[in-house]
Amino acid sequence: MSPLSRLLRRPEAVAGAIILALLFAMALFASLLFPGDPQAIAGPALLPPFQDWSLPLGTDRLGRDVLAEVFHGARTSLAVGLAAAAASLLIGAVVGTLAGFAGGLVDEVLMRTTDAFQTVPSFLLALAFVSIVGPSLGIVVAAIALGAWTGPARVARAEVLSIRERDYVAGARVIGMHPLAIAFREVLPNALPPVLALSSVIVAAAILTEAALSFLGLGDPNRVTWGGMIAEGRTVLRTAPFLSIVPGIALVLTVLGVYLAGEGVVETTAVRRSLS
Amino acid sequence: MSLLAVRDLTKRYRRGGKTIAAVDGVSFAIEPGETLALAGPSGSGKSTIARLVLRLIEPDAGSVQFEGDDFLALSGTALRSKRARLQMVFQDPLSAFNPRATVARALDDPLRIHAIASSAERPARIAALLERVGLAADLAPRAIHEISGGQRQRVAIARAIATNPSLIVLDEAVSALDVSVRGQILELLLDLQARERIAYLFISHDLGVVRAIAHRLVLLDTGRIAESGDARAVIDAPQSAIGKALVAAAPRLNRIRP
Ligand SMILES: Nc1ncnc2c1ncn2[C@@H]1O[C@H](COP(=O)(O)OP(=O)(O)O)[C@@H](O)[C@H]1O
Ligand SMILES: [Mg+2]
Repeated sequence: MSPLSRLLRRPEAVAGAIILALLFAMALFASLLFPGDPQAIAGPALLPPFQDWSLPLGTDRLGRDVLAEVFHGARTSLAVGLAAAAASLLIGAVVGTLAGFAGGLVDEVLMRTTDAFQTVPSFLLALAFVSIVGPSLGIVVAAIALGAWTGPARVARAEVLSIRERDYVAGARVIGMHPLAIAFREVLPNALPPVLALSSVIVAAAILTEAALSFLGLGDPNRVTWGGMIAEGRTVLRTAPFLSIVPGIALVLTVLGVYLAGEGVVETTAVRRSLS
Repeated sequence: MSLLAVRDLTKRYRRGGKTIAAVDGVSFAIEPGETLALAGPSGSGKSTIARLVLRLIEPDAGSVQFEGDDFLALSGTALRSKRARLQMVFQDPLSAFNPRATVARALDDPLRIHAIASSAERPARIAALLERVGLAADLAPRAIHEISGGQRQRVAIARAIATNPSLIVLDEAVSALDVSVRGQILELLLDLQARERIAYLFISHDLGVVRAIAHRLVLLDTGRIAESGDARAVIDAPQSAIGKALVAAAPRLNRIRP
């Protein structure tokens, strides 16, 4: 049975995959369906949803099209979530591999650094970083990655510690391979599976952190974000609750979808590994 | 001058507060083109000696001369390039290769690292290496885990001879193979030695195999040399207690012939 058909037999994984597919479609088609600036005024202010079918989800305080904003927000959430997760997995895998493979002083220094980063709550770290450097998409990605690479680093190091004792690593030394080539060509690729298993949790957390930063006004000001929309809507929460509820639902569904799909993938590959 | 000269090699390990000497003042020499067997019961320090000689671990005392160089004094690039001349074959041919490797990649690595052939020449070199160890060249694209144990050990030997070594350390290199394959691999080793004058440090707990392949034999017991000499002479008339015990425990001694 192929991994895909095994994946499709898990209802929760299918639900997650459908949500993710929708989300990707929203992000991909955002500028096709809603060309132009989603932050431009599209109609009267505070139009409630389902009144005017050219503006199905109504408008916000400034008369901007909420549906267009949700679509463009999906783009920001996904981009930031995936980029931050990729960056933290990369940093974590490299740091963990170096620490585990080199051992000794290198290991000590790298792992104490990891400890230090892990002691500071990752959201505070991101907050401080963005406040100092200033908000832009790249900075937000870096800020989130700064707090998220420690988990992958620990997992990678533990895996590398067991792999480096294997015969084939000794064999690579015997044929005269450079230690860095051994670490990154021979050891790292084989240490990756458990590190990649962390992706879904990291992507989900990154999307939430991005939303929280934007909610506090520390997101990229030139982009629509769900966190920013919730913050906007908060000022008119009593009269127009949908302005906060709509992006809130989008956020919850996204995080749920990422998590369910990711867990499904991890579990089917884990089943495959324990069978082989 | 000997090809390899090991003197007073000592390696200690701490275990539960106590220090044990896994290898304790061991000295021996190997001449070019010669097979020296290292035999002894499990835990007698055979693998530790192999790892010391190959600089996979560092000794607490002693010296290793290889091709006239103080091998323990080499480091960095000098050590890595010297490694071309001193190769190893492991017991379990499956764990000795990167699980993602193909046959071609396993053989490409030494050729590339030691700049033995340009990337355009390497496929032909790889095919020639496979042929030298009795394998078909079309095995190259196969994954290591797809081929048989005997084929895998031949690939391991091909990888070891790729850099034109003068000495190959074989740590229980035929122990995991079934009897018929074991005979074929021993024959391949003898054949390579006859053609290319490669010396072997042949580690085995099986005196039948040792008798079939080794010129001289060093018997180890708890990290020390119990006795040594001409392989057949030692096996036919062991003097040490451990030698007598090992011979008594090896019933198939006379059935394997070189
Ligand atoms: N890394 C290590 N740490 C602690 N003890 C070890 C280590 N490697 C080997 N030893 C001990 O050294 C002794 C010799 O082991 P080894 O060289 O593997 O023996 P052999 O290969 O002859 O079976 C054994 O008692 C073993 O437990
Ligand atoms: Mg051993």
